[in-house]
Amino acid sequence: MEKFQTLRSGVVPLPIENVDTDQIIPARFLKATTREGFGQNLFADWRYQPDGQPKADFVLNNPRYQGQILLAGKNFGCGSSREHAAWALYDAGFKVVISSYFADIFRGNALNTGLLPLQVSDEVLQGLFRQIELEPETQLVVDLPSQTLSVPVWDATIGFELDAYKKECLINGYDDIDYLVSQRDAIKTYEQLRKWVF
Amino acid sequence: MAKSLFDKIWDAHVVKAIPGGLEVFYIDRHLIHEVTSPQAFDELQERGLPLSRPGQILATADHNVPTRNQHLPIEDPLSRSQVDKLTENCEKFGVELFGLGHQYQGIVHVIGPELGVTQPGMTIVCGDSHTSTHGAFGAIAFGIGTSQVTQVMASQCLLISRPKRMRITVDGALQPGVTAKDIILHIIARLGTGGATGYFVEYAGSAIRGLSMEGRMTVCNMSIEMGARGGLIAPDATTFEYLQGRPYAPQGERWEQAVDYWQTLYSEEGAEFESELSFDAAAITPMITYGTNPGMGIALNGNIPVLGTDGEAASFDKSLAYMGFAPGESLLGKEINYVFIGSCTNSRIEDLRAVAAYVKGKHKAQHVEAIIVPGSKLVEKQAIAEGIDQVLAEAGFELREPGCSACLAMNDDKIPAGAYCVSTSNRNFEGRQGPGARTLLASPLVAAITAVEGRIVDITQYLN
Repeated sequence: MEKFQTLRSGVVPLPIENVDTDQIIPARFLKATTREGFGQNLFADWRYQPDGQPKADFVLNNPRYQGQILLAGKNFGCGSSREHAAWALYDAGFKVVISSYFADIFRGNALNTGLLPLQVSDEVLQGLFRQIELEPETQLVVDLPSQTLSVPVWDATIGFELDAYKKECLINGYDDIDYLVSQRDAIKTYEQLRKWVF
Repeated sequence: MAKSLFDKIWDAHVVKAIPGGLEVFYIDRHLIHEVTSPQAFDELQERGLPLSRPGQILATADHNVPTRNQHLPIEDPLSRSQVDKLTENCEKFGVELFGLGHQYQGIVHVIGPELGVTQPGMTIVCGDSHTSTHGAFGAIAFGIGTSQVTQVMASQCLLISRPKRMRITVDGALQPGVTAKDIILHIIARLGTGGATGYFVEYAGSAIRGLSMEGRMTVCNMSIEMGARGGLIAPDATTFEYLQGRPYAPQGERWEQAVDYWQTLYSEEGAEFESELSFDAAAITPMITYGTNPGMGIALNGNIPVLGTDGEAASFDKSLAYMGFAPGESLLGKEINYVFIGSCTNSRIEDLRAVAAYVKGKHKAQHVEAIIVPGSKLVEKQAIAEGIDQVLAEAGFELREPGCSACLAMNDDKIPAGAYCVSTSNRNFEGRQGPGARTLLASPLVAAITAVEGRIVDITQYLN
């Protein structure tokens, strides 16, 4: 996993609520057996016509909006557990998704992919949507060590929450596997002591 | 302190708590399928790690498989390669596989329970969000991503935090024509598609206890559709009766010991829940969805709401535009093109029986294509033994071979753009059943009646 420290970037706004992982990456694109290349099919049915031509009204096809931060409506990533959704966003160049809340499985998958799910209040989210609509070139600064989101044009800095362990993992590019494997002895002891196996 | 069912099982699986709230959490059973496992097996090999507990993993091919001519090689090269990769990985790592052609092959959430692999008190994971289905047996079961699949392969554990607890109690008697599917669609319509995010739900109450195991699985299956990590139901005599004698269930003395333990799995009086909700079973009517998430459901003879709140208006309008429906209108009389009966929500023998009982001696409407896909080879075998295949054939329904089929349009089974499909599956997302397909979720009974009538009807008029 790549390390994440600080990001200054423009924003791609997607003001839709309950964006499900079938929209992020439709099931018919899940037939690959590797992790790479899902970015080209990110939001495929919103982004392309059936003949493969880009749909002009979809935000990813609008050159006004550029950046590595996706700004999305509440309950982003609901539905299927497919980690391919996080891979597709990451593969397409996104490093941060900002929303007012995330579906549980997506949040975990994003963190395991190196994609930061950054949760803000509904009020901040709506404010950001308005700001980006007014000034599409607005830049945001995400600083993970201090857990802050800065909006330079507002002269404002907003804190966000993140599990301390997960934060360390993102900053250092670690994942959970090394830690879990290091716990082998404790796991073996647990297996010997448990009684409810029939 | 009084403990909930959830806490009893969760506490019994904590290997170690680490500062900050995360826990090393032990997994008893790991179910895998062809779509979310290949990258995990590769990762394991790249890191030079062994598969920790191959005996606790069970594999099947379900998402990508065709539902016709399963005896022939899979035509689509990408699907074939993914299914082949699963077979190859299972052979290499010593994992038991119920692949195409095996007598136990089927949808992962159908075969686990019917083989007795799923048992009360267990922790069960799978790289599939509908793993919540197994909670019907009083197990903690939930879907995980592929990185977590790798973690369980490497250590038999996950590093996770404990969700909050919610209890949903449904008391009272159900009206005629109201099924487990209607109960859960009713609950999700009330909570919304994200209403239980962060929670693990226990379903309780007389209406839940009165359900068969198949019905309980339907309820738990859709827990994820309101954002919950999972749902579970305390095991009881219905659970034990279902499990006894199944191939992977404990036998003899071990069965007795297991039942003794399983009987301790219930929420004690006074157990704490961060959220408690109750529903009156008698107020639940047959349900149907009108929009593009499972929370957008109404009573079959009700009307589509007029507007969401301000913030939600744009998403609501987008959803109705996709479906081709207007705010405030009734769905009664709408012509339907497809009926799909299947998926991990409703493809069990009880579902097939309900459909057959209604359509016996009737015929589907001319313009409707009616597909019925059993959840497993065992369900298919049972249906044939009971003559259900004949009844369905005479009614013009096509009985296919087991798989996820048109639930997710990743295989050959897709609904065409613009067509309306009444589906017994779990998701009505845009494009879920194929690009442009319009899905209306409902129970197998509603689906059967719709297929015969060719349009949405108030089913209470059609019950005898």
